[in-house]
Formats: sequence, C-alpha cells, structure tokens
Amino acid sequence: MSNIENYLAPSSIEDAAAALAAGPATIVAGGTDLMLQTGSGQKTYAPTLINIQKITEMRGISKDGDTIRIGALTTITDLLTDAIIAEHLPVLATMADKFASDQIRNASSIGGNICNASPAGDSIVPMLMYKAEVVLVASTGTRKVPLNEFFTGPGKSVIQENELLIGVDIAVPPAGFKGGFGKFGPRPALEIAMASVSVGGVVKDGVISDVRVAFGAVAPTPIRSAETEVALEGKKLDEETISAAGEVASSSVNPITDVRASDWYRRHLIRVMTEEILNDVS
Amino acid sequence: MSAKVDIEFTVNGAVRQVSVPADMSALDMLRDQLDLKGAKEACGEGECGACTIIVDDASVCSCLMYAADCDGRTIETIEGVQTVDGLDPIQQAFVDQGAVQCGYCTPGMVMQAKHMLAKNPNPTEGDIQRGLEGNVCRCTGYRKIFDAVAEAARS
Ligand SMILES: Cc1cc2nc3c(=O)[nH]c(=O)nc-3n(C[C@H](O)[C@H](O)[C@H](O)COP(=O)(O)OP(=O)(O)OC[C@H]3O[C@@H](n4cnc5c(N)ncnc54)[C@H](O)[C@@H]3O)c2cc1C
Repeated sequence: MSNIENYLAPSSIEDAAAALAAGPATIVAGGTDLMLQTGSGQKTYAPTLINIQKITEMRGISKDGDTIRIGALTTITDLLTDAIIAEHLPVLATMADKFASDQIRNASSIGGNICNASPAGDSIVPMLMYKAEVVLVASTGTRKVPLNEFFTGPGKSVIQENELLIGVDIAVPPAGFKGGFGKFGPRPALEIAMASVSVGGVVKDGVISDVRVAFGAVAPTPIRSAETEVALEGKKLDEETISAAGEVASSSVNPITDVRASDWYRRHLIRVMTEEILNDVS
Repeated sequence: MSAKVDIEFTVNGAVRQVSVPADMSALDMLRDQLDLKGAKEACGEGECGACTIIVDDASVCSCLMYAADCDGRTIETIEGVQTVDGLDPIQQAFVDQGAVQCGYCTPGMVMQAKHMLAKNPNPTEGDIQRGLEGNVCRCTGYRKIFDAVAEAARS
C-alpha cells in the first residue's frame, strides 16, 4: 500500500529545495524507474511525492564558455537531436540511439538515469568518459561532485535526502577528441546492457592521449578503468596497442554472473567492444 | 490511501478536470476515471507499447506516467485520432493492409505510428521498424503493420 500524504509539483529549483528541506520526500521525474520500483515493492514512497517536471529551468542543454550544462530533466530523446550535443558530445547521441525504445526515451530523464544509479545505466558510461560533474542543490547551498565519485553501490549514491540533482556539467573536450560507445544485449532495442563501454581521447598523428575509458554492468556501479587508460595513454593506435588494451580491459574487470550473462561473457564483451571503439577512432 | 491531486488537462481537444490518487498511473486514470479504454495495459512495464499515448507531442507509455503529471498537459489518445470525416489515414491503412489481428496492440501501434510520422513523414522501412521497436504484437503480425505505416506515409 502506498503512503503518499502530500503531493507537490514545484515550478522552480528554489521551491523544490525548500520542499526537500521540509521532510522526507520522493522525487519523480519521468517515472519510468519509480513507477516500476514502487509497484513491485522494491521501493516505498516517502510521505511527500515531489514531481519536478514543471521546473522548466532544469530542462535543456546550454553552453557557457567551455562548459556544457545538461539539465536533469533533459530527455534521452533530446540528446538525439540537440545541436550542441551533436557538435561537442556526440557519444551521448550514440548512446541515446541504443537506449530502450522511442516511448521510453521520450519519458526518461538524464537526472533519473543518474539518480537511479543502476550499474547498467546507459547515459552514465559516456558521461564518465566525458568527465561529467553532477550539480546538487539543497536549500543550504550547491555542490558539484565528479560523476566518478557519485556512485557508492547498486542504486546508491552520495546524494543526500535534501538534495536535488539539477544537471550535469561537462567541459568541452579538447580539439581532436574522438570517442565511442558500445552496448550489448540479445536484441538491439529495449535491453538492459549485459556490458557497455565508452572510450575517448585526443587522436593526433595516430597517437591517443587524454584517454578516458568507462564500463557499465561489470561492477556494482558504472566505473572508469584507470588500468585501460594507462595501457593506451600516449600510444600509437595500431593493432598491437588495441589488442593489448582489449586484454587489459577484460582482465581489469570482475563482473558477476547473473541471468543475463556469465562473468566470462561480460569480460569477453568488454574486450570486443573496447577494441571495436579503438578501431573506429584510430 | 494516497493523497488526492486535482488536475486539469486537455485530452483529445477537451479540457478535463479530475481528482487522482498521487500514485495512480495515467493509464488507470484514462481508463477508469475518463472511461477512455482505447489505451491497453498488457505488460505494465513499458516493454510492449499497448498503452502508448501522445503527451505534448511525444509518445510515452501511459502505464509508467503518473496521472498527476498530466496536469497542464495536452494529451492525445486513440479515441481522438478519428476525425468527423472518418478514420485517420493511419487507421485506414491498418484496415486496408489487414494489419489488425486480435487488435490488442493496435491502439498503441497507431499512436506510435502517428508520433513517428509527425517527426519523420518519409520513413524508410528501417525507420518504421525502429520507430515501432517499443510496440509488441503478440499475434506477430509485424509485416502487415509495417506495410500499413508505409502506406499511411505515402497517403
Ligand atoms: C522498458 C524500459 C526500458 C528501459 N531501458 C533502459 C535502457 O536502455 N538504458 C537505461 O539506462 N535505462 C533504461 N530504463 C530505465 C529508465 O528508463 C531510465 O533509468 C530513465 O532515465 C529514468 O529516468 P526517469 O526520468 O523516468 O526517472 P524516475 O523514474 O522519475 O526517477 C528515477 C530515480 O531517480 C530519482 N530522481 C529522478 N530525478 C532526480 C533528480 N533530478 N534529483 C534527484 N533524484 C532524482 C527518483 O527519485 C528515482 O529514485 C528502462 C526502463 C524501462 C521501463
């Protein structure tokens, strides 16, 4: 049984922060995770339900100098068509194209995907690669947390009960930056990733630098792989480097076996997708 | 019992006011409070698209949307597709192509096709298949459904 005593739909970040300060609340954006998790009993509602969808200042993508802000209510569909994303952060559009189905992309927010904190959350993997920072607001102030320090376990993060994630900030990648994203499941649509990979770096004269590598669905949270980054940094992107990096990538992870894939298969997918992306950018 | 929320929104061109429990889905509100039974519940998990409606120009699964979130929005359901002149061209194409078998998925298919054609009036076969990847037909009559959407795009 549900116990929602109070429903609020604030239209500003300030009002939402004040509502969060007033007592325990559940936030809802698109509802695609929350409706299912409350329906199955995996999650229970706090006494107050706060619908943030009317906070228009939290939707959309903007560029201020060298920083791109993606508002928390930006949908996965928005990423597919936005000009700033296409020009500066195209790997997010590649990700969006592999996300769920049209109906789910239209409803799913970036903030919800991050705060749901699934080890397989698709948008998180390329955002780790782009070194995103999340912007958290409470009535007491604003703080920024690097995305790779945000998650603490499946469904868990450092966000506090009184905080609202208002967006993510990503620095415009340096000139010559190239990257990719790969996700694998039994069919192309509506799949939770068995494993996902995002790799990026500056490729100049065949040499890759400023390398960032991130994996999804192979650890309790999406992760950056420092070992794979070191194996690539400053190297010529030839067959030898790429195959060595694939080897390091697959041995650097320690995935679980579950109904969707065995640990062996997940490691294999990490190797293959890492090599595929490196071949594409080389 | 959850708190009740008073909402006002436009559905198929008419302004409606209802009071809904805070945890109710848009699908349950449409079916049980407005007696609009076109949108169907099948999986209840966003995987099948039988409950597809169009909200402010975007198709969504109404089983995962909170009814309270309909407040202030413009919603179109299968009941609003037919015009005074008769069937919508997409509905007509489904009839002409024999794209309806048991019919349970049809309202969702038509609404998703409508949204897709609004965004992309000249889809390729691949675009049609991708556009409908969130809609399941348990009769597996996909061939005729794809043909119907292609015909609707031509007409
Ligand atoms: C059929 C189906 C297919 C799916 N496919 C994919 C897929 O391919 N890839 C994938 O990654 N996910 C997938 N998902 C999961 C889900 O759609 C995404 O995680 C989505 O981005 C969640 O966004 P939302 O706006 O619906 O979040 P909600 O359900 O509204 O919220 C999710 C959680 O985040 C919290 N929250 C939301 N916004 C904020 C905020 N701004 N500040 C603080 N807390 C907040 C909520 O309290 C809740 O706990 C799928 C889901 C379904 C039903």
